[in-house]
Amino acid sequence: MAEVKLFGNWGSPFSCRIEIALKLKGVEYEFIEEDVYNDNKSPLLLKYNPVHKKIPVLLHNGKPICESVVILEYIDETWEGPSILPKDPYERAMARFWTKFLEEKCFPPMKQASWSTGEEQEKAKEEATELLKILEGTLSGKKFFGGDSIGMVDIVANFIAHWFIILQEITGLELLTHEKFPKLGQWLDDYLSCSIIKETLPPKDKLTASFQARIQAATTSK
Amino acid sequence: MATTTTSDGKLLGLWASPYTTRVQLALKLKSIEYELIQENLQNKSELLLQTNPVHKKVPVFIHGDKPICESLIIIQYIDDTWTNGPSILPSDPYDRAMARFWAAYIDDKWFPLLKELGGAQGDEARASIVEKIFEGLVLLEEAFVKCSKGKALFGGDNVGYLDIALGCFLGWIKATEIMTGIKWLDETKTPGLVGWAERISSDSSIKDVLPEAQKLVELYTMSAGLEKGASN
Repeated sequence: MAEVKLFGNWGSPFSCRIEIALKLKGVEYEFIEEDVYNDNKSPLLLKYNPVHKKIPVLLHNGKPICESVVILEYIDETWEGPSILPKDPYERAMARFWTKFLEEKCFPPMKQASWSTGEEQEKAKEEATELLKILEGTLSGKKFFGGDSIGMVDIVANFIAHWFIILQEITGLELLTHEKFPKLGQWLDDYLSCSIIKETLPPKDKLTASFQARIQAATTSK
Repeated sequence: MATTTTSDGKLLGLWASPYTTRVQLALKLKSIEYELIQENLQNKSELLLQTNPVHKKVPVFIHGDKPICESLIIIQYIDDTWTNGPSILPSDPYDRAMARFWAAYIDDKWFPLLKELGGAQGDEARASIVEKIFEGLVLLEEAFVKCSKGKALFGGDNVGYLDIALGCFLGWIKATEIMTGIKWLDETKTPGLVGWAERISSDSSIKDVLPEAQKLVELYTMSAGLEKGASN
Protein backbone atom coordinates (compact mmCIF):
# COMPACT_ATOMS: atom_id res chain seq x y z
CA MET A 1 0.00 0.00 0.00
CA ALA A 2 1.41 3.39 -0.99
CA GLU A 3 2.48 5.54 1.93
CA VAL A 4 1.60 8.71 0.05
CA LYS A 5 -1.64 9.23 -1.85
CA LEU A 6 -2.87 12.33 -3.59
CA PHE A 7 -6.54 12.93 -4.36
CA GLY A 8 -6.67 15.28 -7.32
CA ASN A 9 -7.87 15.89 -10.83
CA TRP A 10 -5.79 15.85 -14.03
CA GLY A 11 -7.04 19.33 -14.96
CA SER A 12 -6.72 21.03 -11.57
CA PRO A 13 -3.94 23.58 -10.99
CA PHE A 14 -4.29 22.91 -7.26
CA SER A 15 -3.51 19.20 -7.29
CA CYS A 16 -0.88 19.86 -9.96
CA ARG A 17 0.95 22.03 -7.43
CA ILE A 18 1.18 19.13 -5.03
CA GLU A 19 2.50 16.81 -7.74
CA ILE A 20 5.22 19.36 -8.58
CA ALA A 21 6.24 19.53 -4.92
CA LEU A 22 6.25 15.75 -4.43
CA LYS A 23 8.35 15.29 -7.57
CA LEU A 24 10.78 18.01 -6.44
CA LYS A 25 11.31 16.03 -3.25
CA GLY A 26 11.50 12.71 -5.08
CA VAL A 27 8.51 11.31 -3.19
CA GLU A 28 6.62 8.42 -4.76
CA TYR A 29 2.88 8.70 -4.57
CA GLU A 30 -0.33 7.20 -5.83
CA PHE A 31 -2.58 9.63 -7.69
CA ILE A 32 -6.30 9.12 -7.20
CA GLU A 33 -8.36 10.84 -9.86
CA GLU A 34 -11.47 12.58 -8.53
CA ASP A 35 -14.29 13.53 -10.90
CA VAL A 36 -14.75 16.94 -9.25
CA TYR A 37 -15.90 18.93 -12.26
CA ASN A 38 -18.93 16.67 -12.60
CA ASP A 39 -19.57 16.90 -8.87
CA ASN A 40 -18.93 13.19 -8.56
CA LYS A 41 -16.77 13.12 -5.48
CA SER A 42 -15.77 9.80 -3.97
CA PRO A 43 -16.80 8.77 -0.42
CA LEU A 44 -13.09 8.72 0.48
CA LEU A 45 -12.60 12.35 -0.55
CA LEU A 46 -15.63 13.39 1.50
CA LYS A 47 -14.27 11.39 4.44
CA TYR A 48 -10.79 12.96 4.24
CA ASN A 49 -11.94 16.51 3.56
CA PRO A 50 -15.32 16.87 5.26
CA VAL A 51 -14.88 20.63 5.82
CA HIS A 52 -14.27 21.75 2.24
CA LYS A 53 -14.99 18.57 0.23
CA LYS A 54 -12.31 19.59 -2.26
CA ILE A 55 -9.14 18.39 -3.87
CA PRO A 56 -6.27 18.24 -3.36
CA VAL A 57 -5.99 16.03 -0.32
CA LEU A 58 -2.67 14.47 0.57
CA LEU A 59 -2.83 11.25 2.54
CA HIS A 60 0.40 10.45 4.36
CA ASN A 61 0.42 7.24 6.39
CA GLY A 62 -3.36 7.40 6.54
CA LYS A 63 -3.49 11.02 7.77
CA PRO A 64 -5.14 13.58 5.49
CA ILE A 65 -3.85 17.09 4.86
CA CYS A 66 -6.06 19.55 2.94
CA GLU A 67 -5.66 22.95 1.25
CA SER A 68 -2.88 23.16 -1.32
CA VAL A 69 -0.73 25.78 0.43
CA VAL A 70 -0.95 23.92 3.76
CA ILE A 71 0.04 20.72 1.94
CA LEU A 72 3.01 22.43 0.26
CA GLU A 73 4.38 23.56 3.63
CA TYR A 74 3.80 20.08 5.05
CA ILE A 75 5.73 18.48 2.18
CA ASP A 76 8.61 20.93 2.68
CA GLU A 77 8.77 20.15 6.40
CA THR A 78 8.45 16.39 6.04
CA TRP A 79 10.77 15.41 3.22
CA GLU A 80 14.41 16.20 2.44
CA GLY A 81 15.36 17.55 -0.94
CA PRO A 82 15.30 20.97 -2.62
CA SER A 83 13.61 23.56 -0.37
CA ILE A 84 10.21 24.82 -1.36
CA LEU A 85 10.34 27.67 1.14
CA PRO A 86 13.54 29.66 1.81
CA LYS A 87 15.43 29.05 5.06
CA ASP A 88 15.73 32.70 6.10
CA PRO A 89 12.72 33.80 8.22
CA TYR A 90 12.25 37.08 6.35
CA GLU A 91 12.49 35.41 2.94
CA ARG A 92 9.98 32.81 4.17
CA ALA A 93 7.60 35.58 5.20
CA MET A 94 7.96 37.16 1.75
CA ALA A 95 7.31 33.82 0.03
CA ARG A 96 4.17 33.30 2.15
CA PHE A 97 3.08 36.88 1.43
CA TRP A 98 3.34 36.50 -2.36
CA THR A 99 1.72 33.06 -2.22
CA LYS A 100 -1.27 34.57 -0.43
CA PHE A 101 -1.29 37.47 -2.91
CA LEU A 102 -1.47 35.06 -5.83
CA GLU A 103 -4.20 32.94 -4.24
CA GLU A 104 -6.47 35.63 -2.87
CA LYS A 105 -5.87 38.63 -5.12
CA CYS A 106 -4.70 37.33 -8.50
CA PHE A 107 -6.61 34.11 -8.99
CA PRO A 108 -10.21 35.44 -8.81
CA PRO A 109 -9.93 38.32 -11.29
CA MET A 110 -7.76 36.33 -13.67
CA LYS A 111 -10.35 33.56 -13.64
CA GLN A 112 -13.13 36.13 -14.01
CA ALA A 113 -11.35 37.83 -16.91
CA SER A 114 -11.09 34.48 -18.69
CA TRP A 115 -14.63 33.26 -18.17
CA SER A 116 -16.90 36.29 -18.00
CA THR A 117 -18.11 38.75 -20.62
CA GLY A 118 -19.15 42.37 -20.92
CA GLU A 119 -18.66 44.85 -18.12
CA GLU A 120 -17.80 42.13 -15.60
CA GLN A 121 -14.97 41.02 -17.84
CA GLU A 122 -13.72 44.58 -18.41
CA LYS A 123 -13.49 45.20 -14.68
CA ALA A 124 -11.71 41.88 -14.14
CA LYS A 125 -9.25 42.65 -16.95
CA GLU A 126 -8.35 46.00 -15.42
CA GLU A 127 -7.87 44.46 -12.00
CA ALA A 128 -5.80 41.59 -13.39
CA THR A 129 -3.56 44.02 -15.28
CA GLU A 130 -2.82 46.01 -12.13
CA LEU A 131 -1.96 42.81 -10.28
CA LEU A 132 0.30 41.60 -13.07
CA LYS A 133 2.19 44.91 -12.81
CA ILE A 134 2.81 44.20 -9.12
CA LEU A 135 4.02 40.67 -9.92
CA GLU A 136 6.30 42.03 -12.65
CA GLY A 137 7.88 44.28 -10.04
CA THR A 138 8.63 41.42 -7.66
CA LEU A 139 10.67 39.60 -10.31
CA SER A 140 13.29 42.37 -10.45
CA GLY A 141 16.71 40.76 -10.66
CA LYS A 142 15.35 37.25 -10.22
CA LYS A 143 14.90 34.37 -12.62
CA PHE A 144 12.12 32.81 -10.57
CA PHE A 145 10.00 34.17 -7.71
CA GLY A 146 12.02 31.74 -5.57
CA GLY A 147 15.36 33.09 -6.84
CA ASP A 148 17.63 30.85 -8.91
CA SER A 149 15.33 27.87 -8.65
CA ILE A 150 11.58 27.43 -8.35
CA GLY A 151 10.00 27.71 -4.94
CA MET A 152 6.59 27.96 -3.31
CA VAL A 153 5.53 31.12 -5.14
CA ASP A 154 6.50 29.67 -8.53
CA ILE A 155 4.63 26.46 -7.76
CA VAL A 156 1.48 28.36 -6.75
CA ALA A 157 1.80 30.59 -9.83
CA ASN A 158 1.30 27.51 -12.01
CA PHE A 159 -2.21 28.66 -12.83
CA ILE A 160 -0.81 31.76 -14.50
CA ALA A 161 1.87 29.94 -16.50
CA HIS A 162 -0.43 27.29 -17.93
CA TRP A 163 -4.18 27.61 -17.28
CA PHE A 164 -4.39 31.37 -17.73
CA ILE A 165 -2.11 31.41 -20.79
CA ILE A 166 -4.19 28.70 -22.48
CA LEU A 167 -7.43 30.54 -21.73
CA GLN A 168 -5.88 33.70 -23.13
CA GLU A 169 -5.15 31.90 -26.38
CA ILE A 170 -8.67 30.52 -26.62
CA THR A 171 -10.46 33.76 -25.79
CA GLY A 172 -8.10 36.14 -27.59
CA LEU A 173 -7.36 38.05 -24.38
CA GLU A 174 -3.95 39.71 -24.38
CA LEU A 175 -3.42 40.58 -20.75
CA LEU A 176 -0.12 38.81 -20.15
CA THR A 177 2.22 39.25 -23.09
CA HIS A 178 6.02 39.42 -23.38
CA GLU A 179 5.68 42.99 -24.66
CA LYS A 180 3.57 44.24 -21.78
CA PHE A 181 5.38 42.26 -19.08
CA PRO A 182 8.91 41.32 -20.18
CA LYS A 183 9.99 39.89 -16.82
CA LEU A 184 6.86 37.78 -16.43
CA GLY A 185 7.25 36.71 -20.05
CA GLN A 186 10.79 35.54 -19.36
CA TRP A 187 9.62 33.82 -16.17
CA LEU A 188 6.98 31.96 -18.22
CA ASP A 189 9.63 30.72 -20.64
CA ASP A 190 12.03 29.65 -17.88
CA TYR A 191 9.28 28.07 -15.79
CA LEU A 192 7.81 26.06 -18.63
CA SER A 193 11.30 24.82 -19.55
CA CYS A 194 11.86 23.23 -16.14
CA SER A 195 11.74 19.47 -16.60
CA ILE A 196 9.62 18.81 -13.51
CA ILE A 197 7.11 21.47 -14.60
CA LYS A 198 6.97 20.13 -18.15
CA GLU A 199 6.33 16.57 -17.03
CA THR A 200 3.71 17.53 -14.44
CA LEU A 201 1.52 20.12 -16.15
CA PRO A 202 -1.52 18.59 -17.86
CA PRO A 203 -1.16 18.30 -21.66
CA LYS A 204 -1.99 21.59 -23.37
CA ASP A 205 -4.22 20.05 -26.03
CA LYS A 206 -6.27 18.10 -23.48
CA LEU A 207 -6.75 21.20 -21.31
CA THR A 208 -7.59 23.35 -24.33
CA ALA A 209 -10.21 20.84 -25.50
CA SER A 210 -11.70 20.69 -22.00
CA PHE A 211 -11.93 24.51 -21.76
CA GLN A 212 -13.46 24.74 -25.23
CA ALA A 213 -16.06 22.16 -24.28
CA ARG A 214 -16.97 24.16 -21.17
CA ILE A 215 -17.22 27.39 -23.13
CA GLN A 216 -19.42 25.63 -25.70
CA ALA A 217 -21.67 24.19 -22.98
CA ALA A 218 -21.99 27.63 -21.34
CA THR A 219 -22.92 29.31 -24.64
CA THR A 220 -25.48 26.71 -25.72
CA SER A 221 -27.19 26.67 -22.32
CA LYS A 222 -27.99 30.41 -22.57
CA MET B 1 19.14 35.06 17.28
CA ALA B 2 17.52 38.47 17.57
CA THR B 3 18.14 40.63 20.61
CA THR B 4 15.06 42.51 21.63
CA THR B 5 15.10 46.25 22.15
CA THR B 6 12.28 48.74 21.75
CA SER B 7 13.88 50.06 18.59
CA ASP B 8 13.76 46.61 17.04
CA GLY B 9 10.05 46.21 16.61
CA LYS B 10 7.28 48.52 15.49
CA LEU B 11 3.71 47.38 15.08
CA LEU B 12 1.36 49.44 12.95
CA GLY B 13 -2.13 48.49 14.03
CA LEU B 14 -5.57 49.30 15.37
CA TRP B 15 -6.66 48.52 18.91
CA ALA B 16 -9.99 47.18 17.68
CA SER B 17 -8.60 45.00 14.93
CA PRO B 18 -8.44 41.30 15.85
CA TYR B 19 -5.58 40.92 13.36
CA THR B 20 -3.52 43.48 15.28
CA THR B 21 -4.46 41.70 18.53
CA ARG B 22 -3.09 38.49 17.04
CA VAL B 23 0.34 39.98 16.51
CA GLN B 24 0.30 41.57 19.95
CA LEU B 25 -0.48 38.17 21.47
CA ALA B 26 2.47 36.58 19.68
CA LEU B 27 4.82 39.40 20.69
CA LYS B 28 3.65 39.12 24.31
CA LEU B 29 4.21 35.36 24.33
CA LYS B 30 7.78 35.80 23.17
CA SER B 31 8.36 38.77 25.52
CA ILE B 32 9.33 40.98 22.61
CA GLU B 33 9.38 44.71 23.21
CA TYR B 34 7.94 46.87 20.49
CA GLU B 35 6.41 50.23 19.76
CA LEU B 36 2.71 50.18 18.95
CA ILE B 37 1.65 52.81 16.43
CA GLN B 38 -2.11 53.31 16.17
CA GLU B 39 -3.20 53.94 12.62
CA ASN B 40 -6.18 55.94 11.47
CA LEU B 41 -7.69 54.11 8.53
CA GLN B 42 -9.33 57.29 7.29
CA ASN B 43 -5.91 58.92 7.22
CA LYS B 44 -3.24 56.27 6.69
CA SER B 45 0.28 57.20 7.65
CA GLU B 46 3.15 57.47 5.16
CA LEU B 47 4.85 54.66 7.03
CA LEU B 48 1.88 52.33 6.51
CA LEU B 49 1.64 53.16 2.81
CA GLN B 50 5.38 52.64 2.41
CA THR B 51 5.59 49.38 4.35
CA ASN B 52 2.42 47.81 2.94
CA PRO B 53 2.03 49.33 -0.53
CA VAL B 54 0.23 46.25 -1.87
CA HIS B 55 -2.65 46.07 0.64
CA LYS B 56 -2.30 49.34 2.62
CA LYS B 57 -3.64 47.48 5.66
CA VAL B 58 -2.76 46.82 9.27
CA PRO B 59 -1.15 45.05 10.93
CA VAL B 60 2.39 45.63 9.71
CA PHE B 61 5.28 44.48 11.88
CA ILE B 62 8.53 46.27 11.19
CA HIS B 63 11.61 44.41 12.47
CA GLY B 64 14.64 46.64 12.08
CA ASP B 65 14.13 47.84 8.52
CA LYS B 66 12.08 44.86 7.37
CA PRO B 67 8.28 45.15 7.13
CA ILE B 68 6.16 42.02 7.35
CA CYS B 69 2.44 42.07 6.51
CA GLU B 70 -0.55 39.76 7.07
CA SER B 71 -1.14 38.67 10.66
CA LEU B 72 -0.58 34.92 10.31
CA ILE B 73 2.55 35.50 8.26
CA ILE B 74 3.84 37.90 10.93
CA ILE B 75 3.20 35.33 13.67
CA GLN B 76 5.13 32.66 11.77
CA TYR B 77 7.96 35.15 11.20
CA ILE B 78 8.05 35.90 14.93
CA ASP B 79 8.10 32.18 15.70
CA ASP B 80 10.89 31.53 13.15
CA THR B 81 12.99 34.47 14.36
CA TRP B 82 12.69 34.42 18.17
CA THR B 83 13.50 30.82 18.84
CA ASN B 84 14.37 31.32 22.52
CA GLY B 85 10.85 31.82 23.76
CA PRO B 86 7.99 29.28 23.83
CA SER B 87 7.12 27.92 20.36
CA ILE B 88 3.93 29.19 18.84
CA LEU B 89 3.51 26.54 16.14
CA PRO B 90 3.59 22.87 17.15
CA SER B 91 6.81 20.99 16.43
CA ASP B 92 5.28 18.03 14.57
CA PRO B 93 4.68 18.71 10.83
CA TYR B 94 1.22 17.13 10.87
CA ASP B 95 0.13 19.16 13.90
CA ARG B 96 1.53 22.25 12.16
CA ALA B 97 -0.52 21.45 9.06
CA MET B 98 -3.65 21.10 11.20
CA ALA B 99 -2.95 24.44 12.91
CA ARG B 100 -2.47 26.16 9.55
CA PHE B 101 -5.57 24.50 8.09
CA TRP B 102 -7.84 25.66 10.91
CA ALA B 103 -6.35 29.16 11.01
CA ALA B 104 -7.13 29.47 7.29
CA TYR B 105 -10.65 28.15 7.92
CA ILE B 106 -11.21 30.75 10.65
CA ASP B 107 -10.01 33.59 8.40
CA ASP B 108 -11.52 32.51 5.10
CA LYS B 109 -14.78 30.88 6.17
CA TRP B 110 -15.77 31.53 9.77
CA PHE B 111 -14.99 35.09 10.86
CA PRO B 112 -16.36 36.61 7.61
CA LEU B 113 -19.75 35.20 8.69
CA LEU B 114 -19.74 37.38 11.82
CA LYS B 115 -19.02 40.40 9.65
CA GLU B 116 -21.71 39.37 7.18
CA LEU B 117 -24.22 39.20 10.01
CA GLY B 118 -23.70 42.91 10.64
CA GLY B 119 -24.78 43.75 7.10
CA ALA B 120 -27.56 41.15 6.74
CA GLN B 121 -30.91 42.44 5.50
CA GLY B 122 -34.06 40.68 6.66
CA ASP B 123 -34.83 37.89 9.11
CA GLU B 124 -34.31 35.03 6.68
CA ALA B 125 -30.87 36.22 5.63
CA ARG B 126 -29.88 36.75 9.27
CA ALA B 127 -31.18 33.31 10.32
CA SER B 128 -29.21 31.64 7.54
CA ILE B 129 -25.95 33.33 8.59
CA VAL B 130 -26.59 32.57 12.27
CA GLU B 131 -27.01 28.90 11.37
CA LYS B 132 -23.73 28.89 9.43
CA ILE B 133 -21.90 30.55 12.34
CA PHE B 134 -23.10 27.81 14.69
CA GLU B 135 -22.16 25.10 12.17
CA GLY B 136 -18.70 26.61 12.00
CA LEU B 137 -18.42 26.62 15.78
CA VAL B 138 -19.24 22.91 15.84
CA LEU B 139 -16.37 22.32 13.41
CA LEU B 140 -14.08 24.44 15.57
CA GLU B 141 -15.15 22.41 18.60
CA GLU B 142 -14.05 19.24 16.78
CA ALA B 143 -10.79 20.95 15.88
CA PHE B 144 -10.29 21.88 19.52
CA VAL B 145 -10.81 18.31 20.67
CA LYS B 146 -8.33 17.00 18.06
CA CYS B 147 -5.66 19.66 18.52
CA SER B 148 -5.76 19.97 22.32
CA LYS B 149 -5.47 16.17 22.75
CA GLY B 150 -7.24 16.38 26.09
CA LYS B 151 -5.35 19.43 27.32
CA ALA B 152 -6.51 22.93 28.12
CA LEU B 153 -5.64 24.80 24.94
CA PHE B 154 -5.41 24.26 21.17
CA GLY B 155 -1.66 24.33 21.70
CA GLY B 156 -1.86 21.76 24.50
CA ASP B 157 -0.41 23.03 27.77
CA ASN B 158 0.72 26.32 26.26
CA VAL B 159 -0.83 29.05 24.14
CA GLY B 160 -0.19 28.18 20.51
CA TYR B 161 -0.95 29.28 16.97
CA LEU B 162 -4.64 28.41 16.98
CA ASP B 163 -5.17 29.82 20.47
CA ILE B 164 -3.91 33.10 19.02
CA ALA B 165 -5.67 32.73 15.66
CA LEU B 166 -9.08 32.25 17.28
CA GLY B 167 -8.44 33.92 20.64
CA CYS B 168 -7.93 37.30 18.98
CA PHE B 169 -11.64 37.26 18.02
CA LEU B 170 -12.94 36.74 21.57
CA GLY B 171 -13.54 40.47 22.04
CA TRP B 172 -15.64 40.62 18.86
CA ILE B 173 -17.41 37.35 19.66
CA LYS B 174 -18.49 38.77 23.03
CA ALA B 175 -19.35 42.14 21.48
CA THR B 176 -21.57 40.41 18.91
CA GLU B 177 -23.22 38.40 21.71
CA ILE B 178 -24.04 41.68 23.46
CA MET B 179 -25.38 43.30 20.28
CA THR B 180 -27.42 40.34 18.98
CA GLY B 181 -28.39 38.64 22.23
CA ILE B 182 -27.16 35.36 20.70
CA LYS B 183 -24.86 33.24 22.83
CA TRP B 184 -22.27 32.01 20.36
CA LEU B 185 -20.22 30.04 22.88
CA ASP B 186 -22.78 27.75 24.47
CA GLU B 187 -21.90 24.95 26.93
CA THR B 188 -24.60 22.71 25.51
CA LYS B 189 -23.27 22.96 21.95
CA THR B 190 -19.52 23.58 22.22
CA PRO B 191 -18.39 22.86 25.78
CA GLY B 192 -14.75 22.53 24.80
CA LEU B 193 -14.66 26.00 23.26
CA VAL B 194 -16.50 27.51 26.22
CA GLY B 195 -13.88 26.17 28.61
CA TRP B 196 -11.10 27.26 26.28
CA ALA B 197 -12.50 30.80 25.97
CA GLU B 198 -12.65 31.14 29.75
CA ARG B 199 -9.05 30.00 30.08
CA ILE B 200 -7.80 32.33 27.36
CA SER B 201 -9.70 35.30 28.79
CA SER B 202 -8.13 34.73 32.20
CA ASP B 203 -4.64 33.75 31.05
CA SER B 204 -2.23 36.27 32.54
CA SER B 205 -0.04 36.35 29.44
CA ILE B 206 -3.02 37.17 27.23
CA LYS B 207 -5.91 38.90 28.93
CA ASP B 208 -4.40 42.42 28.94
CA VAL B 209 -3.95 42.27 25.18
CA LEU B 210 -7.55 41.35 24.31
CA PRO B 211 -9.76 44.38 23.66
CA GLU B 212 -12.80 44.77 25.93
CA ALA B 213 -16.08 43.68 24.40
CA GLN B 214 -17.99 46.72 25.69
CA LYS B 215 -15.52 49.12 24.05
CA LEU B 216 -15.93 47.25 20.77
CA VAL B 217 -19.72 47.55 21.05
CA GLU B 218 -19.36 51.31 21.54
CA LEU B 219 -17.03 51.55 18.54
CA TYR B 220 -19.36 49.52 16.34
CA THR B 221 -22.43 51.51 17.36
CA MET B 222 -20.61 54.77 16.79
CA SER B 223 -19.32 53.87 13.32
CA ALA B 224 -22.69 52.43 12.29
CA GLY B 225 -24.23 55.72 13.42
CA LEU B 226 -21.63 57.72 11.48
CA GLU B 227 -22.30 55.68 8.35
CA LYS B 228 -26.02 56.24 8.68
CA GLY B 229 -25.38 59.95 9.16
CA ALA B 230 -23.13 60.03 6.12
CA SER B 231 -25.61 58.30 3.86
CA ASN B 232 -28.54 60.58 4.80
